[in-house]
Amino acid sequence: MKAGLMRATHPAEAAAAHGVPLLEVDRLTLDFATRGGRVKALDQVGFTLDRGQILGLVGESGSGKSVTAFAIMDLLDQAARIETGQIRFTGIDLLARKRRALKELRGREIAMIFQSPRTALHPIRKVGHQIEDVLRAHSSVPPGLRRQKAIEALERVRIPDPARRYEAYPFELSGGMCQRVMIAMALSADPSLLIADEPTTGLDVTTQAVIMDLIRDLVRESGMSVLLITHDLAMAGEYCDRIAVMHAGHIVETAPAHLLLREPAHPYSAKLIAATPAKAASIEALAAIPGNLPDLRQPQPPCRFSTRCERHRPDCDQPPLDAARLGQDHLVLCRHPL
Amino acid sequence: MIVLRRLAEAVPSLVGVVIVTFLLSHALPGDPAAYFAGPAANAESVAEVRRTLGLDRSLPVQFGYYLLDLAKGDLGHSLTTGQPVTSDLLQRLPASMELTLAALIVAIAVALPLGIVAALRPNSLADHFCRLTVTIGAAFPTFFVGLLLVYLLYFKLGLVPQPLGRLDEIYFTPPPTVTGFYLIDTLLNGDVDAFRAALSQLILPAVSLALFAMAPLARMTRAAMLTALGSDFVRTARANGLPARKVIFTYALRSAMLSIVNVMGMVFSFLLGSNVLIEQVFGWPGIGAYAVSAVIASDYAAVQGFVLMMAILYVLLNLAVDLAATAIDPRVRFES
Repeated sequence: MKAGLMRATHPAEAAAAHGVPLLEVDRLTLDFATRGGRVKALDQVGFTLDRGQILGLVGESGSGKSVTAFAIMDLLDQAARIETGQIRFTGIDLLARKRRALKELRGREIAMIFQSPRTALHPIRKVGHQIEDVLRAHSSVPPGLRRQKAIEALERVRIPDPARRYEAYPFELSGGMCQRVMIAMALSADPSLLIADEPTTGLDVTTQAVIMDLIRDLVRESGMSVLLITHDLAMAGEYCDRIAVMHAGHIVETAPAHLLLREPAHPYSAKLIAATPAKAASIEALAAIPGNLPDLRQPQPPCRFSTRCERHRPDCDQPPLDAARLGQDHLVLCRHPL
Repeated sequence: MIVLRRLAEAVPSLVGVVIVTFLLSHALPGDPAAYFAGPAANAESVAEVRRTLGLDRSLPVQFGYYLLDLAKGDLGHSLTTGQPVTSDLLQRLPASMELTLAALIVAIAVALPLGIVAALRPNSLADHFCRLTVTIGAAFPTFFVGLLLVYLLYFKLGLVPQPLGRLDEIYFTPPPTVTGFYLIDTLLNGDVDAFRAALSQLILPAVSLALFAMAPLARMTRAAMLTALGSDFVRTARANGLPARKVIFTYALRSAMLSIVNVMGMVFSFLLGSNVLIEQVFGWPGIGAYAVSAVIASDYAAVQGFVLMMAILYVLLNLAVDLAATAIDPRVRFES
């Protein structure tokens, strides 16, 4: 095991050129220690993200989307423990590396933006200075040029009058502006991967579209990849190349976005689509998904959706349950896919 | 601009303070006229004294005279010292301020790092130590801690000089007054030995007071740092890979400072109050000890002057806290 990791560590850049995906999450299993027992938050989570692509990680609240992102960023709570699995970035296993080495990557190669942008920025520090903090940590920009660079970063995210906004505090800006500032901070070190954790939550609908268009434009300009975490399947369908659907700590289905929306194979994906408002559809046409997420402190059946599933059959409870390959890029964690 | 506005806002409080101290002196038990007339006086001579003191006039008129005297800086004469109260207080104020500030500095120097470390590593050894300090500081009265320290460090171990006053005046001469703070004046005078002597006198009362001030400071620092460290913007800073020192100090501590500064103001005013006891224990020639002897001697002018001065100090202190909060938090500036 150790030798394998060592080998993976060194020729990382060379490997990257040979078609190694930018990000591979491989059989990631993670627990949280709580007073009520161990919460099995992630179980055998796996997906890949290629360069220049946008991958949507979709699921309802509590399904483990953000936990997955935090594991990649090493932002996990102290109660979290990674049991097994690998997170490979350009072929390098991030979990095997020392924390110090990971620090180098964080913010520079892998950046992250969060939901509720107004609280995600330092409330009493000028936004320009916050961008400069990132520049100081990750780039060799000489001190005299940092201000200029920070203003350019604001300009890049299409903030009007960037020189004036440099002096602004977050409370003087709208939520959409704050999200642009956070994107500017994240991009100031030119990362190759951007993790966007519900970046439009807390913004009004028109601003949501503007922010998502901006992220897509920036991907096209810079060739970086995005892991977009969202509970909004319609938005994921519009902006993502591929979508991975999460339910209760499992990735239940992975497919190209258009395919997943058109021909979902997992009953949960189908239910999610049916619960998504479409144009010219009435509220009554929306179908809620019955039941709640299972209590992950209890032992789980192989399929964690089985208690909510209308297609549940006796053999669903037979372990082991492995992902089935339906097409070249279409995986589903279900014995009886649609 | 902001400074001027806050100063203007302090004026009503000051007016209130003046009115209350005036009324207070009239609410105090005992008849000053009878007191001044002496035990042998008859009703006629008491009335005579009352007339000369102006106590037969109506309350508003008396208040007018009181204001006129105040405007001249005249707080009346102390019965016990025979000196004008104003000069008594001003002469003793530096001793109290030096003690209070020293205690505050010691408290901050210990409590802030302790609270920060405790918040960074909850349930670690440092966290438990922080909790212990908070409990001890909150549980024991300052004069008790003071006596305990005197017993241990002076009486048993002999590590510090006799706890009487600011300087052992048998061996050292007090420095010429510049700031009134012995620690500063001795150095300005180039008298290092006197500085050491003054410091060794100051340590025990300052530490006794500081221990008391540490508790709320450490507790608030820990709580505010925990909140700040768990906030969304600290998570953003970490995600952006900022160095740990930057995250802790520029991001977490700076936002935690808002609540910490507020507690500092509160603690400072506690300390001014605790001085009254600690100065008594250590024979410290400050305004606290002055007030205690004035109360015992029914020296109303001195008590009134002391209350007025403390009230003004509180108002100024709150002003300073407000200004500090304004400097830290730009949102305060924009609120109005």
